[in-house]
Amino acid sequence: MAPDKRVTIDDVVAEVRDGMTVGIGGWGSRRKPMALVRALARSGVRDLRLVSYGGPDVGILCRAGKVREVVYAFVSLDSIALEPHFRNARQSGAVATTELDEGMFLLGLQAAAWRVPFLPTRVGLGSDVMRLNPDLRTVRSPYDDGEELVAMPALDLDVALVHMHRGDQGGTGQYLNVDPYFDDLMCMAARRRFMSVERIVATEDLLKEGPVQTLRINRLMTDGVVETPNGAHFTECVPDYPRDEGFQRAYTESAKSAEAWDEFRARYVDVSEDEYQRAVRA
Amino acid sequence: MTRDGAPTRAEVCAVAIAECFRGDGEILANPIGTLPMIGGRLAKATFAPELVMTDGEALLVENPMPVGVAQPDKVISGWNPYRAMFDVVWSGRRHVMMGASQLDPFGNQNFAFIGDPAAPRTQLLGMRGAPGNTINDKTSYWVPNHSTRVFVPEVSVVSGVGYDRAAALGDAARFHHLVRVVTNLCVIDFETRDRRMRLRSVHPGVTVDDVVAATGFELVTSDVEESRLPTDDELVLLRDVIDPTGAGDREVPS
Repeated sequence: MAPDKRVTIDDVVAEVRDGMTVGIGGWGSRRKPMALVRALARSGVRDLRLVSYGGPDVGILCRAGKVREVVYAFVSLDSIALEPHFRNARQSGAVATTELDEGMFLLGLQAAAWRVPFLPTRVGLGSDVMRLNPDLRTVRSPYDDGEELVAMPALDLDVALVHMHRGDQGGTGQYLNVDPYFDDLMCMAARRRFMSVERIVATEDLLKEGPVQTLRINRLMTDGVVETPNGAHFTECVPDYPRDEGFQRAYTESAKSAEAWDEFRARYVDVSEDEYQRAVRA
Repeated sequence: MTRDGAPTRAEVCAVAIAECFRGDGEILANPIGTLPMIGGRLAKATFAPELVMTDGEALLVENPMPVGVAQPDKVISGWNPYRAMFDVVWSGRRHVMMGASQLDPFGNQNFAFIGDPAAPRTQLLGMRGAPGNTINDKTSYWVPNHSTRVFVPEVSVVSGVGYDRAAALGDAARFHHLVRVVTNLCVIDFETRDRRMRLRSVHPGVTVDDVVAATGFELVTSDVEESRLPTDDELVLLRDVIDPTGAGDREVPS
């Protein structure tokens, strides 16, 4: 039988240390491991380098002062195009960025997962991705075509945090919505991999939840699993629950002033996971 | 029809957007935004049934889905999660229509940020997929608010690659192809010798001078036509099927 890799939210946070590169799964304001993100936001950790198809995970951690740099192609709340806390952090110069195309991002994770230093691509040529990332190099094809391509470097992660719908205690993860995003790749690109799930079920019950293709994360890809019901709130986690648009608007309002953030933070960030879930049910 | 009366400006825009995809063949037409989706679906429902289109997320859908409706019926013919989208883009089987916060005369596009990279005056979307889209596939743009703030002599950041930069790359940019820019006022193409923007048509009720005044650089304005009106069949499709709530008119008021 599968080993028992169940951990707590605090166990996961203890793995994240100052200056680490942390990959966060999901996409925009969809299926983000928000219970883990909030726990990081109230921890003492600092100077993180975030790698994310960004949503409120990036915004909250920037606003909480946990972030040195964001590696990103976008940071969006989907129904609200621009992430307000990330925007404030950028415009005040509080966080550095690496500006990438969405596909370069995929190639960087894939290179890290495959343990190669880079993957070649046409993407980036001609755009300011090259100007804004002066460390980015090109590579010439060793074959007769001699074509010059961008050498997208591996995005090696220290820690990956992802959220799936179901999992088992061995760390198998199952998604039940229409898009797996890049969560498996995030895990493959990372040294330590932690997955929160809506519900842990017995291994023999996983296929009652969905077909075998939904088992996108196998246990080679994870070091720990933690059950966090409603743990992606307020981001979308269909079919279990839609995005909480009302809460997301309140979150957006909290970017309008220091007082608004302090109030939001006191109610929804500087509280335990149980208290948070009680507060959002109220 | 659910709405009567003469064609609205938004309906003219929808037709102009649809025309961008004429002759594309069996590729993924991927218009992003409200009127782009309306126009793209109009093309597929009329003269370009071979186009492959998504529901805006991970499904390929064959029926003309209405925009702005909560749970539309979908005739699903495929699965196209984000990761598969890169396979489509990098294999050259897509024509995307994106938005633009800034565009210059050669079609260099910015929606990343404006100002100092270390502390921008305005943080926008980020690079998104623009560098990869423009270097690999046909690209068009949609600008619902044609103004000198959008059409600028020089963009702050190049997210989408324009024709001058593509020319400088030579053969490496052989898949680069900007098709058109459709705005609330007009249609622009790049069918000039040096691939500078050319005013192709103005929408009914708009003059060439209106467009010139709203553009922050010189446009080529010889041979400007009037954008065509929707046919009766197109109007019925727009009003009864694709845009039953008038979402297009909310984006571009007449």
